[in-house]
Amino acid sequence: MIAVAIVVAFVYALPNLYGESPAVQVSTTLATVNVDAALMSRVEADLRAANIPYTGAVLDSNGLRIRFADTDTQLKAKDLIEKAINEPSNPSYVVALNLLSSSPSWLTAMHALPMYLGLDLRGGVHFLLQVDMQAAITKRLDSVASDLRTTLRDKNVRHLGVMRQGDTLRVRFSDPAMRDRARDLIATTQPDLAATDRDEGSDYLLVCTLKPQALRRTQEYAIKQNITTLHNRINELGVAEPVIQQQGADRVVVELPGVQDTARAKEILGRTASLEIRMVDEDRMRPDILAAAAKGEVPFGDDYYVDRNGQPLLVKKQVVLTGDRLTDAQPGFDSQTNEPAVHLQLDGTGARVFQQVTRENVGKRMAILLIEKGKGEVVTAPVIRSEIAGGRVQISGHMSTVEANNIALLLRAGALAAPMEIVEERTVGPSLGRENIDQGFNSTRWGFAIIVVFMSIYYLVFGVISSISLAINLLFLVALLSLLQATLTLPGIAAVALALGMAIDANVLINERIREEIRGGATPQAAIHAGYERAWGTILDSNITTLIAGLALLIFGQGPVRGFAVVHCLGILTSMFSAVTVSRAMVNLSYGHRRRVAKLSIGNTAWK
Amino acid sequence: MEFFKIRRVIPFMRYALIFNVISLITFLAAVFFLATRGLNLSIEFTGGTLIEVNYTHAADVQNIRDALKHAGYESEVQTFGSSQDVLIRMPIKKGQSSSDLSQKISALLKTQDQTASVRRVEFVGPQVGSELAQYGALALIVTALGIVAYLALRFEWKFGLSAIIANLHDVVIILGFFSFFQWEFSLPVLAAVLAVLGYSVNESVVVFDRVRENFRKMRKASTPEVIDAAITGTISRTVITHGSTQAMVTTMLIFGGPALHYFALALTIGILFGIYSSVLVASPLLMWLRVTRAQFIKPKRERRDEHEGAVV
Repeated sequence: MIAVAIVVAFVYALPNLYGESPAVQVSTTLATVNVDAALMSRVEADLRAANIPYTGAVLDSNGLRIRFADTDTQLKAKDLIEKAINEPSNPSYVVALNLLSSSPSWLTAMHALPMYLGLDLRGGVHFLLQVDMQAAITKRLDSVASDLRTTLRDKNVRHLGVMRQGDTLRVRFSDPAMRDRARDLIATTQPDLAATDRDEGSDYLLVCTLKPQALRRTQEYAIKQNITTLHNRINELGVAEPVIQQQGADRVVVELPGVQDTARAKEILGRTASLEIRMVDEDRMRPDILAAAAKGEVPFGDDYYVDRNGQPLLVKKQVVLTGDRLTDAQPGFDSQTNEPAVHLQLDGTGARVFQQVTRENVGKRMAILLIEKGKGEVVTAPVIRSEIAGGRVQISGHMSTVEANNIALLLRAGALAAPMEIVEERTVGPSLGRENIDQGFNSTRWGFAIIVVFMSIYYLVFGVISSISLAINLLFLVALLSLLQATLTLPGIAAVALALGMAIDANVLINERIREEIRGGATPQAAIHAGYERAWGTILDSNITTLIAGLALLIFGQGPVRGFAVVHCLGILTSMFSAVTVSRAMVNLSYGHRRRVAKLSIGNTAWK
Repeated sequence: MEFFKIRRVIPFMRYALIFNVISLITFLAAVFFLATRGLNLSIEFTGGTLIEVNYTHAADVQNIRDALKHAGYESEVQTFGSSQDVLIRMPIKKGQSSSDLSQKISALLKTQDQTASVRRVEFVGPQVGSELAQYGALALIVTALGIVAYLALRFEWKFGLSAIIANLHDVVIILGFFSFFQWEFSLPVLAAVLAVLGYSVNESVVVFDRVRENFRKMRKASTPEVIDAAITGTISRTVITHGSTQAMVTTMLIFGGPALHYFALALTIGILFGIYSSVLVASPLLMWLRVTRAQFIKPKRERRDEHEGAVV
């Protein structure tokens, strides 16, 4: 059993020995573009034509990865691939530099991957962004206020004004009857609002607040949308393995390994994109005009776009609505045809404009554009079937559920739902990362050597056995870290060193105990037995107290502390196993088969 | 080879009072320094910006200081690890955009010296900083409570209490050192402190385990004798284990570079005091708390009580 565990651990620790080779990764974020075998053979042909040697190409769900012998060829190849497959004005692929494990494919096939290195070891940028929830709520209230004004006017409820004050909306009335009608109206049309009466002098007030669940929904929506937006933007940076995660209720962690240009990263993260709804210029959508427009002769007052399905479009420059009016976009299904659809929610003003435009343009197409850095992209261009009132818009027809999801996401992701602020930033240069790895490993190596030498001299054969079990402990720890794909950081390496230093404790306990038993007159076999038996309770107790501290660190720790805590806890677990089970097995192997053991090689015990 | 050829039991407990007085004095000194000087908290806790800059030649710290001051930045500049590396710490200032501060500084230093290259930037907002400090304190409390609870369960509440007092006293002394020398107290140091807490409790556990065993074996001995025998029996293991761990930590101190320096330093102090406190502080406390044999030995019932069981 132990032998099997060691073999498995060895296999999973193996990838760490192979190191990494430079690679170029090609991926895409567009739904309509595929990274497939055709692209792979195209890129390979290009590389061969340019005489750039490569050592391998893999295609998987993450995209296409091509390995190179050294970083120089990697850089050359990246430029070449970038030029070959991407149009400079409209890049559809993300071409990024990456490092790939050089371990053989049979290891990769059984998910034996090298440890994942943290930013402090490989270099890169870490941001912690805080979403301004107050702004998200304010924005939501503003849009509710504008809806409310529209509703009140439509239903002929006379009021003296709708005002937002802090987190509340105040609606003033001159007579209580109107207020009663308004309250009923709010209850039916604005389920997110809770309204209470208040009288101020001669005015009758209705004070509305967002209900707690609506508040929560607004916040969740804000952070989700911001994460989606960040994803889209970071793809542009060409980062091989970005990490974008929610942390707590209102924070987002962004980690960009290998990125050195923080200025550009910040610029891209903080950029604002906008959404525009414009009419398609149906009068000019003739093949000859389109063909001319494709060559650059775009008619006056129009813009030429190609939509996501490759259809050319002429879109009027005049903007009907901007993304500010859009409060939500969700994928769903058409209630009658059950086709996949995207449901949009416009605010009051938006709804009014939309109603007017749709009334005048039934049968024509409208284009929804995402404008970023002054460059537009047509997300979708649906046909207007009828006049749409109330601000609830449904886009449906000829789309799959995946497409519906993507469009809803894009519509939402265009802009940030609420502003974000960088509250934590760490940048580590690649040279510093390299240095950190070397320093960490050096100290572990030397410390390990000192312990092995000392143990072997002090406890002789038992010392050697302890040292071997310590080495196996290291093997287990590395294998476990690789298997769990836990992030290894510099404090993590320190924890590995510390785990080894502490793990020897168990063996010292056992060896001391055996010596003591021999001194007490026990026979060698009995001494071994008693030594392991008695020491076990102590080892368990002492490791559990250490583990309690480790777990507290794991739960409350953040950043560097967490990296330390993970390794610390795992190290305690592996050391309990290897110090007792593995060393016991080895002792049994060397002493167990002999019927009578005259003397144990555990150092001098004869002084008593 | 054998370091400890202890032929008789060393009467540690005879000097218990002395040890406790020494502890109390060091402890009070540590508290005094903590109260008067406080800790030199890293920007992770206080919030602020830290920039590490590397030069190809020895850096002129004074020059950098002047340049930053001239540009209107409040900063603290010092060399880090070697004379070519410089660490710049800047507090959070209202109205100063923190997000592009590092770029501005980098540009400023580059105009002054072409070879300047930024190796590392850390920026922590004030809110995050105070949260980290809170979580750190919380982790300490949870660890302490968890250990007391576990020891109370495995041994007796008196053991848990004396172990945690002894080891919190270690923690305070480590903090005292950091306060006295004004070493930078960062997140890794906090991790080291908590690891030490768990580690030296483990030391006390080894002694306690032996105390419990001896209570059962040495039926005639008094409590101090039992404790003395337990400490004497484990002292060799204590020194060897700590020696091994310390060997590891020392190599970290030597080879680990500046990034691990204070981490290793905190561990060193923790380990040295850990030996002392778990053996010579926790055990006397155990004695003062009047641990008795009766708490470990379940009285054997010799005869069945006549009135026990069913009565007609």
